[in-house]
Amino acid sequence: MSSVAHNMLRWFRGAGESGLPRVAATKSQPRATRHSSGLAEFMRRITGDEKMCILDLGQTSHINIPYFTQRGARVYNEDILGSLQEKSYMVRDEDGVQRLDITTFFQENFDYPENHFDAILGWDIADYLPEPVVKPLIERVHRILKPSGGMLGYFHTKDAGPDAPFFRYHVLKNDTVELAPGPNFRLQRVFTNRHIENLFAGFSSVKFFLGRDNVREVLVVR
Amino acid sequence: MWKSRDDKPLPITPSQPAFTPPAPAPTVTVKETAARTSDPFRADVAHIGKSVLIKGELSGSEDLYLDGEVEGRIDLREHTVVIGPNGRVRATISARELVLHGRVEGNVQAAERVELKKSSTLMGDVSTQRIVIEDGAFFKGAIDIPKEARLDARKAVAAHAGSSATAPSLSSISSSSSSSSSSSSSPAPQTSLLEPKSQG
Repeated sequence: MSSVAHNMLRWFRGAGESGLPRVAATKSQPRATRHSSGLAEFMRRITGDEKMCILDLGQTSHINIPYFTQRGARVYNEDILGSLQEKSYMVRDEDGVQRLDITTFFQENFDYPENHFDAILGWDIADYLPEPVVKPLIERVHRILKPSGGMLGYFHTKDAGPDAPFFRYHVLKNDTVELAPGPNFRLQRVFTNRHIENLFAGFSSVKFFLGRDNVREVLVVR
Repeated sequence: MWKSRDDKPLPITPSQPAFTPPAPAPTVTVKETAARTSDPFRADVAHIGKSVLIKGELSGSEDLYLDGEVEGRIDLREHTVVIGPNGRVRATISARELVLHGRVEGNVQAAERVELKKSSTLMGDVSTQRIVIEDGAFFKGAIDIPKEARLDARKAVAAHAGSSATAPSLSSISSSSSSSSSSSSSPAPQTSLLEPKSQG
């Protein structure tokens, strides 16, 4: 069983040291769990306040929603990557090239009041977002977070390739997440630490955690 | 508590998700709840077929199985509303229980329970005492559980933990899929690379 989990974590970061071919995750594949220090820190920040507003940017999780609502939080769910798959957001410009209509997308998605959320679970969606969406999304994250509110993000390291599979994250414990196979979203880029710091330059703090599986966890605080 | 019915409650089939209330409750209540929500063709359930389109307010004094389209408002506060796989609703819904297989765009207020089946899509805010979500359901919006309901759930968890050696995780109460921890890896030790930087 542990070898299965090991392989799952290797997929997470792309090809393994052995050069095994990357395999796209499917629904039938087993799930793995991983310790998350970033999540533990995230949970420490939100524990104790029953009126927390938490936004989960991952796919709808049948585990995360009860997990947080039973701890007193009001949970919001917005599957950004899923929404981006809608073809209505793709338009053709004058040159006939298809591009994402960012304006319409943000009119219909991610529309929240300023200073609304205490915490946001960003997971690793930034790695899978189309380039034009990344910066506007982070600017909106900054705007809708309350001062001292935090966001947890996961980032692949340079080992990850474009076929690194997409996983959904379920919170099992305050410091443990389950990786469940998700849709075949394509990894768009790998951020360096410098990129991440620049991306969150408007935030008051950026804290990095690095696991043995080379996944960088980042907790940013507005 | 429930209406007396002539027809026998249907047995819970293995395909039905196990619905286990956190608080110790008579078994008959659980069976009856499952039977009520699983049999849309009971005599005391109003049935709206998939070719029906309703615009306006829908209210009444019986349970409803809806497989058609509704635009407007559904107000069945004392009753169970089941929206079938073909159901398409653009309305605010007030019910005692909502079981969703189809699609809803609108806010939902359910006094007791909301159950999102794996084929369901719900876009709107939900206020209920208990929510059950199957893996695969799509939800966009906010979920609010009233404080009293949370306290009841915590008491139930505490009672359960006291009575068994291995306490279940809170999430297992409302999650209808037992997908967690099918395999596990040893925790990877992690180190903080950067301390918080101080910026304006």
